[in-house]
Amino acid sequence: MSERTITVKVLARVEGEGALHIRMRGDDVEIAEFRIFEPPRFFEGLMRGRQASEAPDITSRICGICPVAYISSASQAVEQAYGIEISPEIAALRRLMYCGEWIQSHVLHAAMLHAPDFLGLHDIIAMSEVEPDLVRQALRLKKLGNSLMEVVGGRAVHPVNTRVGGFFKAPPVAEIAALIPELLWGIDAARELALRFSAFEFPPDAGAYTFVALVHPEVYPIETGRIASSTGLDIPVEAFHEHFLEEQVERSTALHGRMRDGRAYLVGPLARYALNRERLTPSARETAEACGLGAVERNPFRSILVRMVEVQYACEEALRLARAYVPPDPPAVTAPVREGTGQGCTEAPRGLCHHRYQIDADGRILDATIVPPTSQNQPQIEADLLRVVRQSRDLDDAALQWRCEQTIRNYDPCISCATHFLTLTVDRD
Amino acid sequence: MERPRIAIWKFASCDGCQLALLDCEDDLLALAGVIRIAHFPEASSRTEEGPYDISFVEGSITTEEDVRRIQEIRAASAVLVAIGACATAGGIQALRNTMDLGDLSAAVYPEPGWLDVLATSTPIADHVTVDAELRGCPVSKVQLVEFIAATLAGRTPDLPDVSQCVECKRAGSICVMVAAGIPCLGPVTRAGCGNLCPRIGRGCYGCFGPVTGANCAALTAQLRGLGLDEAAIGALYRSFNAGAAAFATEAKADV
Repeated sequence: MSERTITVKVLARVEGEGALHIRMRGDDVEIAEFRIFEPPRFFEGLMRGRQASEAPDITSRICGICPVAYISSASQAVEQAYGIEISPEIAALRRLMYCGEWIQSHVLHAAMLHAPDFLGLHDIIAMSEVEPDLVRQALRLKKLGNSLMEVVGGRAVHPVNTRVGGFFKAPPVAEIAALIPELLWGIDAARELALRFSAFEFPPDAGAYTFVALVHPEVYPIETGRIASSTGLDIPVEAFHEHFLEEQVERSTALHGRMRDGRAYLVGPLARYALNRERLTPSARETAEACGLGAVERNPFRSILVRMVEVQYACEEALRLARAYVPPDPPAVTAPVREGTGQGCTEAPRGLCHHRYQIDADGRILDATIVPPTSQNQPQIEADLLRVVRQSRDLDDAALQWRCEQTIRNYDPCISCATHFLTLTVDRD
Repeated sequence: MERPRIAIWKFASCDGCQLALLDCEDDLLALAGVIRIAHFPEASSRTEEGPYDISFVEGSITTEEDVRRIQEIRAASAVLVAIGACATAGGIQALRNTMDLGDLSAAVYPEPGWLDVLATSTPIADHVTVDAELRGCPVSKVQLVEFIAATLAGRTPDLPDVSQCVECKRAGSICVMVAAGIPCLGPVTRAGCGNLCPRIGRGCYGCFGPVTGANCAALTAQLRGLGLDEAAIGALYRSFNAGAAAFATEAKADV
């Protein structure tokens, strides 16, 4: 029987280094692996003995694309351990900064890394030759996200103005107000891009996903909420490790997340949307409907649309927060160090980012456990690959490889976060 | 004139420095008009074979495979530029250079034996000749664009080699250490970030690494005077540029 192999040694347009390996014998798909070979950096080990107050700055270096996710989850965890209650003004400012990260990260992925797949192009530079206005609009929208991070956080990549308990300095009212006109523009621009992308041709697909995301009774979850699943789980952030685990597989430097009963699960835009659609603003929900998104979207190729709906929401939410901005005074809430364990969990653009720190009486980290979104999604990515290869086995090798790479890019996988990303091999016999 | 062919490479890192290139939103399309991006896997699925006119290298060397790959990249590149704290000093992951790898692996992975990594995280210049370095955690996109523009124009790029203190004085920022007693690495850290921390009342934490001729011993005495204990002083030097010689030496002297 003939064997057919597809190998991609370095997967492009993903953040970090990973590989893909597919082996088929006849019609059987024997192997569908997404390997992460980015070398480990041992953050959890490096942090032992460091002051817990350093955790936000150190863990932000796990990922240059979503540093605010690490800063926020780490800050929450240490605040919980120290019994710090941040003020509503600090919470609002953190959410405003996080909106900036969602906008820049989602637009980077949707417009610059993912959209070229649907146009049969290799990159945004090639896209700019055929769709110059779209590219200019996307770059301006991404810049808006970065501006939010710069104004609140002091720097777009690895913000400096953040600390456990809040901020070093509250941004002046005038600087926040100056963002408002561009946010108004951004709401319309995000909607236009979402509608434009909804005209792409999407491969038909539907995953039987267990969705896991934060949920919140009032707002779409970004930096706060309980952890819920589409199968009825509803737990506080502190119970995460009782229900989810990470396992090591030999072929990958990223740990693989599973539910304690062994099931794979999915975090990120599709999961957030499925569990929180009613919390979107009416106008973002209207955009979702206009894009053809139902109450739940199970086609991972259409995650690009959910990302753009979330960008619109993030612009609207940032506008609301900017208009209501009151500089926090003091800019940070402080408390004496104390022994204890703290946990924090926020919605990184790619999904749940959970931190737990055990801290001694001198404020030193005894033990750190960080669960980034991409390692949680890794078993589901491989399940998607297997399903997609089975559905697409009639494609020739080049088309199948493109489809497989696209399947992985649907996740906006952040390999640096997972430690880790993609080489594709298709073996066909 | 043929557009120079640029390649972007990644080793152990967070991707934040190559992101700085994509963050040049206003300049990205203009840049694409004057350079040819020949290898940039994070941004493009089209890659061209070498040789390359300029290679920008992000990340530190942490595996045997990295040691081999950086030699190939060097051989294929007319100019090789190390970008960011990982590529120029080993990054935050260079903290492991003074720790036991077995303990570290066991702290993160249930099966540390499956990992194939070096005991150290080292900068690119430890392995190949580096023609230029852009510092920072992350690099400044202003410096990145300046470097490309200067290279295209055949002039020396304007990259500061003065301390953060100079940047503070130029910006009119009040000295956080003198005025508020806040520990600050500004006197020994290279300028270039844009004076980000002192202007919000935070002490510099050394993203851009040691300035040439950094007098860390004098700063350490000052930090002691502020009441910092040895562990706190050591931790200041041991962050994103822990592997840079001036900081590594001073941290050893104190911890």
